[in-house]
This record gives sequence, C-alpha cells and structure tokens, in this order.
Amino acid sequence: MSSELNNPFASTEQEHRGKKVELLVKSCTLAMTWLLIIPVLAIIIFLVYKAWPALSIEFLLDNPEKKMTAGGIWGPLIGTFFLVLVSLIIAAPTGILAGVYLNEFARDNWVTRFINLAVVNLAGVPSIVHGLFGLGAFVYFLGMDRCLLAASCTVAVMTLPVIITSTKEALASVPMSFRVACWNMGATKWQTIRTIVLPNSISGILTGVILQVARAAGETAPILFTGAMISSRIADSGWDAMVPYGLEDRFMALSYHLYIISTQWQNVPESFKFGTAAVMIGLVIAVNSLSIGFRIYLRARKKW
Amino acid sequence: MSETTPTVDSDFSLRRGIQKVVDFMEPAIVGLIYLCGWSAIIFVMAIFFFVFKESLPAITGIEEIGGGVDAEVEKLDLVEFTTSPKWIPESAKKPTFGILALMLGTLSVTVLSMVIAVPLGLGAAVYVSEFAKGKSREILKVLIELLAAIPSVVWGFIGLVVMNPMIVDVTGEPVGLNILNAGIVLALMSVPIIVSVSEDALRAVPDSFREAGIALGANRWEMVYKVLFPAAKNGLLAAVLLGIGRGIGETMAVLMCTGHSVNMPTSIFDPVRTLTATIAAELGEAVRGDMHYHTLFLIGVVLFVFAFVINLTADLIVKGIKVQENE
Repeated sequence: MSSELNNPFASTEQEHRGKKVELLVKSCTLAMTWLLIIPVLAIIIFLVYKAWPALSIEFLLDNPEKKMTAGGIWGPLIGTFFLVLVSLIIAAPTGILAGVYLNEFARDNWVTRFINLAVVNLAGVPSIVHGLFGLGAFVYFLGMDRCLLAASCTVAVMTLPVIITSTKEALASVPMSFRVACWNMGATKWQTIRTIVLPNSISGILTGVILQVARAAGETAPILFTGAMISSRIADSGWDAMVPYGLEDRFMALSYHLYIISTQWQNVPESFKFGTAAVMIGLVIAVNSLSIGFRIYLRARKKW
Repeated sequence: MSETTPTVDSDFSLRRGIQKVVDFMEPAIVGLIYLCGWSAIIFVMAIFFFVFKESLPAITGIEEIGGGVDAEVEKLDLVEFTTSPKWIPESAKKPTFGILALMLGTLSVTVLSMVIAVPLGLGAAVYVSEFAKGKSREILKVLIELLAAIPSVVWGFIGLVVMNPMIVDVTGEPVGLNILNAGIVLALMSVPIIVSVSEDALRAVPDSFREAGIALGANRWEMVYKVLFPAAKNGLLAAVLLGIGRGIGETMAVLMCTGHSVNMPTSIFDPVRTLTATIAAELGEAVRGDMHYHTLFLIGVVLFVFAFVINLTADLIVKGIKVQENE
C-alpha cells in the first residue's frame, strides 16, 4: 500500500501479470505461425537438395525416355504450358466479363445473390467432381473425346471463380466518381467501362489471371480422365517439339507425370521424381511471386 | 513535322473507326457480359446435371443405349450403398458397392486435419492480425499465401517420400501411409484458407471494440479472447467450414498419402481410403455404362452435395455478419 502511495504510476500486480500473459500469447502465436511455415520451407529445401543431381537444362529440355528412367520432362512441361494457355484463353474473357457484370451491371437483388453464391460454390466443388463433369460433359456429351481441348475446358471452368472474384474486387476499387464523371460527359455504360473502369483496374485483373495460371498448372484431378496421358511420342527437336499437341490430341502434363512416376512406375530414379516436384514448386512460386509483385506495385502506384 | 502529322492523323482516325465499331456493337457486348455474368450459375447447374446424369442408370435401372432405345440394367441397392462398409466393385461373383468405409475414411482424415489446422490457423491469424506489424506482417502473409500455392500432387509426393519414412521412424509402424500422414498433409494444405478467412474476420472487427477492451483494463490476450473472438465468431466459423470443405474435396494428396485400402478406421495409424481418392483411382478402369462407372459418378454427386451444403452454410454465416454490420 505504501509503495503505491510512493509511486502512483508503478504498475500494479495485475498489470504486471497482464504484460507477462501478453508476451506469452504473442510468442505462442508467433511460434504457431512459424510452425506452419518452417516445415514447409524445410521440405522445399529438402526437395531441391534431393533433386539437385537431376536438375539441369537438359532435364527441362529433353523428352522422357526408356520408361521415364532417362531423359527429362520436356513433354510434360510443354503439355502443362498448352493446358494453361488454352484454359486461359477460355476462362480469362469469360471470368473478366462476369466480374464486369457483377460489379457494373448487377443490381442488389436475389439474382445477384444467387450468382455470387454460385461463384462461391463453383470454387468449392471438389476438383475430382470437376473431373467427372469434364468427362460427362466435354468428353462424352459434346463428343470431344479425351484431348487437350476437353481438359482445358474442364480446368477453365474450375479456375473461373478465381478470375471472377479478383476482377470484381479490382473493379470495385475504382472510385464511383470516375464513372459518374464519365457518364456526365455523355458516355454510355459500355464506353465508361471500356475507357475508364477497365484501364484503371487492369493490374488487379491481371493479378487474378496470374493466380489462375498457377492454379491451372498444378491441377491433376480434373485432367485425369479428360485428356492427360502417361507418355506419348513427341519430336525431340524442331517445330514439332515446340508445338507437340494439337487441340484434338491427348497430352502429357507435369502434375500427372509426377503422380504417375511417384506411384505407378518402378525404377524411376529418385532424383527424377524430386526433380519434377521441384520444377513444379519452382514454377508455381515464380508465378505467384509475379502476382504478389504486381499487387505491391499496384498499391504503390495507386492514384486515388 | 509535316511528314509526321498525317500519320498521327490517320492513326487517330483509325482509332476513331475502331471505337465507332466497338460502340456500335454495344448491345451485343452488353448481352455477352450478361451471359458471362450468368455463367457461374450455368456451370454449377451443368456440373450437377452431368454428374447426376451419368449416375442416373444406377438409381433408375434404365440405361439409354442410343437411338431412343432404353435398356434395363441392374439397379444399385441404395441401402447397401449408404450403409455397407464393403467396397468390392470388381468382384466376379457379387460386386458390392458400400461407401460407409469410404465416408468414414474421408471423415477421419478431415477431422484429424482440422484438429491440427484450426488451432494453428487461428493462432497464426491472431498473430498476423493483432501482433505483427508492418514488414513482418506482409512477409508472413506472403509466406502463408505461398503455402496455398503448392499443388496438391506435390503435397501428395511430400507425404509419400518425406512424411512416410518419418512416421515409420517415429512410431515404429510398418508403413507410414495412414490417417496421420494424410491428416498432417491436409492440415498444412487447408491452413492458408483458414488463416486468410479468419484474419479477414478479425480485421473486420472495428478498432473501437479493441480500444474499449484496452480502456477497460484488458491486456492484449484478454482483448483478443474476450472481445475479438466473440465479435468475429461467425467469420471464424466460416473459416473452419471452408477448411473442412477443402479437406473433403481434396483428391490427389489423400490418394497418395492414405495408404488407399478400404478399411473402417480404428486408430490414426490405420490406412483408409476416401471418397475422392476412390473416384480418382478407379474411374480409369471402370467401363462406361457399367454399374461400377455409374456408382463412381454417384459418389461424385454425394461429394457435390457435401461441398454445396458446406459452402452454402459458410456463405450464409458470412452474409449474416454483413447484415449485422449494416444494422
């Protein structure tokens, strides 16, 4: 009692304990956060370490040979590239226009709520069910047979919500006053969108498109039954090696390749499996870093 | 100067020309925008329709063979489908299609992953939203986002070649592909979504709540525990639900990590098989039009319905928050 009288600003017992609890909780939650991140970083380093003997330019540029025991991963790599490209060509315009609709045209009524719900659900449908849908709708019903186009369509439907959501957010961040000013100049709704809204939100839209790329490149389940194949003979050099698959062809893909060589095939050198996994992680991290970089640049540059 | 002016002019008129064409097409473009806007609904309905359509002959016993001719096929015993733990689709004598063991497989893996992921995810969300500042906050968020980017087949590979020997070493089990392995992998996969959604929920609590808590003499932990958690509880619940949804729907990772044997789980060291993994592993071998084929699509319908219910609930909960905020 007397000490409190001597110094009225000294911390009480309770405050003292509070500080201790606060420190404890802060370090606990920090430890939890790192507990999530450190193992994954360690695993990635381990993967790259194990993959090191295989990683070379030849590994990337050679085709798999002798039942995957020699050569490289060029075929699957270029297959994934085309899968992503075709799915992007389908999903990007559809998703961006859907985002435009939701942010610029849709009124706040039950239809819009229904559409938003559908977007959320489309993102939540299990990837294997997307694969079943692709098989039922594109491969059998539309008669595409198992091919690059059917797989790309399936992946496009699956990644559509990513583009819709990020486009919507990007458009919503353009201030209303920009649009009002444009309308006052006599511009129509579409003119306003084309000349004011889209140019001002292009970076945000691109962020979503890049995320779609990362997602599409990693997916396995939707392409299992819609067109991926274990190995196909493709040319080793020249134009045919650059564009080995037509839309009607079955194709190799990196994710499917990794699945097969790590579960089904014997005698594949360990460094090849680790090499394929490391290349996939490398690709996805590179693409995501691009998207994160875009976002930071965007925030720094924002004019309003 | 006089040479360049015309080119600028013609360029300008060309642009005007394009603009005129584009503006002339406005009604068509607006129509296209409406169509794309509705695409999400169209696709969700199409997914249900086509997956259901392929599974239908197993329920009705009528298969269309083309040319408008129908054929009677064997009907699936729906009671057996939902209650039998036996999944023996390729048996020559009597194929049995019971998904109880598969459902329990999915359930056990998902529950274990949530037991690991929810506390860790909430802890990380609290740290990122309440304690971390500036640069370190940004870096942590980026790292967690990168966790979400690792493809599921790579997670499966990690479970197969990294976790598998590790579990064998630590527990002395003969094989490390079991519920524990898949649960840990799935936990790491679903943590990013839990962290990001619950962090959003915590951020959405107005600062005045925090200030009031601190002003009443609460320390930071009491403030988080007694003020933020109750205020953000709907968002946190939605985060957990979305994590569960992710767990139920995950395919490749659980296919590679669970050991893939049909089994009623009794301990976390048992190998199991999940609904998703069964479709992924068996659809390649099933003959189209076969009972096995239709049943796999029916499992797809079951998964679709699970996912739909979970997402709908999560969405309603989040919407509930928004309504409250508006009031």
